[in-house]
Amino acid sequence: MSSEENTQLRPDQLDFKSLWTYDPAPESTDHVTIKEQYNLFINGKFVKPESETYFPTHNPANEDKLSEVAEANQADVDKAVKAAKKAYPKWNKLSGLERGKYIYRIARMIQEKARAFAVVESLDGGKPIRESRDVDIPTAAAYFFYYAGWADKLDYAFPGRKAESIGVVGQIIPWNFPLLMASWKIAPALATGNTIVIKPAETTPLTAMLLAEVIQEAGLPDGVVNIITGAGETGAAIVNHPDIAKIAFTGSTAVGKIIQKSIAGTDKKVTLELGGKGANIIYEDAALDQAVEGIINAIFFNQGHVCCAGSRLLIQESVSDIVLRKLKDRIDSLIVGDPLDKNTDIGAINSKEQLEKINELLEAGVAEGGTIYQADCEVPGKGYFCRPTLFTEVSQAHRIVNEEIFGPVLTIQTFRTPDEAVKKANNSPYGLSGGVWTDKGSKIFNTTGQLKAGVVWANTFNKFDPTSPFGGYKESGIGREGGVHGLLPYLKLV
Amino acid sequence: MNTKDLKKQVPIDEVNVAERVARMSSRSIKKESKVQALKLVLSMIDHTTLEGEDTPGRVIQLCNKAKQPYFGRTDIPHVAAVCVYPQLVSTAKKAVGDSGVQIASVATSFPSGMGELQAKLDEVRFCVDSGADEIDMVISRGRYHNGDYNYVYDEIAAVKEACGKAHLKVILETGELGPLDNVRHASDIAMQAGADFIKTSTGKISPAATMPVTLVMLEAIRDHYYRTGVKIGMKPAGGIRDAKTSLKYLVMVKETLGADWLTPDLFRFGASSLTNDVLMQIIKQQEGRYQSADYFTID
Repeated sequence: MSSEENTQLRPDQLDFKSLWTYDPAPESTDHVTIKEQYNLFINGKFVKPESETYFPTHNPANEDKLSEVAEANQADVDKAVKAAKKAYPKWNKLSGLERGKYIYRIARMIQEKARAFAVVESLDGGKPIRESRDVDIPTAAAYFFYYAGWADKLDYAFPGRKAESIGVVGQIIPWNFPLLMASWKIAPALATGNTIVIKPAETTPLTAMLLAEVIQEAGLPDGVVNIITGAGETGAAIVNHPDIAKIAFTGSTAVGKIIQKSIAGTDKKVTLELGGKGANIIYEDAALDQAVEGIINAIFFNQGHVCCAGSRLLIQESVSDIVLRKLKDRIDSLIVGDPLDKNTDIGAINSKEQLEKINELLEAGVAEGGTIYQADCEVPGKGYFCRPTLFTEVSQAHRIVNEEIFGPVLTIQTFRTPDEAVKKANNSPYGLSGGVWTDKGSKIFNTTGQLKAGVVWANTFNKFDPTSPFGGYKESGIGREGGVHGLLPYLKLV
Repeated sequence: MNTKDLKKQVPIDEVNVAERVARMSSRSIKKESKVQALKLVLSMIDHTTLEGEDTPGRVIQLCNKAKQPYFGRTDIPHVAAVCVYPQLVSTAKKAVGDSGVQIASVATSFPSGMGELQAKLDEVRFCVDSGADEIDMVISRGRYHNGDYNYVYDEIAAVKEACGKAHLKVILETGELGPLDNVRHASDIAMQAGADFIKTSTGKISPAATMPVTLVMLEAIRDHYYRTGVKIGMKPAGGIRDAKTSLKYLVMVKETLGADWLTPDLFRFGASSLTNDVLMQIIKQQEGRYQSADYFTID
């Protein structure tokens, strides 16, 4: 997207470019070894794929090939499911206390290897090291710790009912939080006594392979967790496998619908965590500077590759001018660039395909009459980058207000009354997240109670905690992950 | 009586302020950008002595240090100002000569501010007549807590008038104001009443300057600039003792207000022991190793 029209300073615009800029401060990669090739992790061992095929994974910040990973075909999936099935009876009979010990061990080992995990996550996925180091990896460890604690307490989670495991579960995770999503899936499944076949996304398989090494080193019984790599066909083979008792999927709504259709008529359980178009509502009585910072975190965290991103902003019209000015000044001070630089705020877009999708939607926004504002920051010449972008003069009628962009793009609308704000926030096929910004407590309760979204934050955004359930309304998905609710999809209550 | 609306208007969310501060504190300042920043910090220091035991001899030596923080090097700037009690202004003024170092004086019954308005104004005029370029006044915190915002405003306006050509820095003494909402409110009152700078603390009570307080004041300055186009200066004072902390403050200024405020004309550090740590870090960056403290003069 050309931003020629933005390169001039607005009148009275604050100057974040001249006089003093930070020298590069890249995180070292010396301590990390990425193998040239990764095999499938099946039955506790790394094995060559039956498909005899490998595919490359790239660093989106410079388009260099990082490694290649095995592509699992139907025969490989069969092998993985067979291993999980064989491991299930013994793992299921193991006491919760013993299962918990293994999960605690995995959690601790993630903490011990946090630095390597963070660097590989940023290399493979493009997210800033600040986020992988401070959010992704510590939170992933926290989910393992949390569910380790549940392993021997399942009888107390649902009073009066007996909780039983369900068997072999198939899990498919997305590319936006590779290790964190693996932890959301693996930790509760292990705690509840199930065995696992899990597939990371094809663009970000590397931290899953590091996790496989951790699992092997932790001495988890063979076959309890099988990690296989591949793209859509591999995922379909998992979904359609007759010996899989439950599917847990995080990804796009389109694929979620395909999964729903595939399992219709079977007794497979399913949880789907899909897309979103979360609305943030700023009332005129909010602490505006802090609200603006929250909006920035809501949409530019992880380049906007967040299903629960606050990608729509609704501002009370009486403060819309000042909020907009603050937002523009703030995005001008964001640093876009090398994900490994400790000062980078916005890293690389995860893949070429994703960047093309974002650019297509930016063009659609302009064609529909939206006013675009992009930060006039420099972006590297190589790699996949997108400037932080604001759209004003848009409405519910516009495509960019309705479709999930999954990029650093915020659409901004105004409203007059709380009623109007709630109606506009709920006027979406999605219902994953929402945010309310006001200094008035009663307004928080009034508004949040009316928002049709699985997770609603007040005066903060994008905060994750293992104790809190997460999931969607409407096209944002089915089922909950996290908290005590996150145990249920992996259990039969008898 | 003024007709300004001095009600509390801008709420501040302390949790999110702390989060923003933590994020800015994690900026990694390396190599040449670090040396550049350290020199900038040095040029922004109000080298301060405010003790009952201060003497002309002490102040003259302090002024010499201010003019020449590290002898034998032309690339190291002098500090911005020397800050002293009123009785020592004329001594200090003579000592700094035409070096470019400004003379600041605390006035208005510093540090409590518990004096009669007339006496405070006389003190300000005495300082200006003695050669002070800058006046650091304290607001009446008792009146503020009493809800008498008009008094606080009028007092600042009167002091500003008494300052004449001297620049006015208004000390809010944030350690006595309570929540950040009050810090923001007092900042707004001070700027509307005519402050050229707003300043956190006297340095006489704890806590003195903190990063959250400074951020809230910088954001108040930004809103004032948005509204009026007028650039007000900022001075955190007290408690900033090492170079590393001072760089975090500089990051806050840069990322909140931008390059225009990265000048001694609009940002100052009120500190007494910061100077030598900054010097030590500059020399370390340039020579690759730390020098003994004995290689840095201690006036």
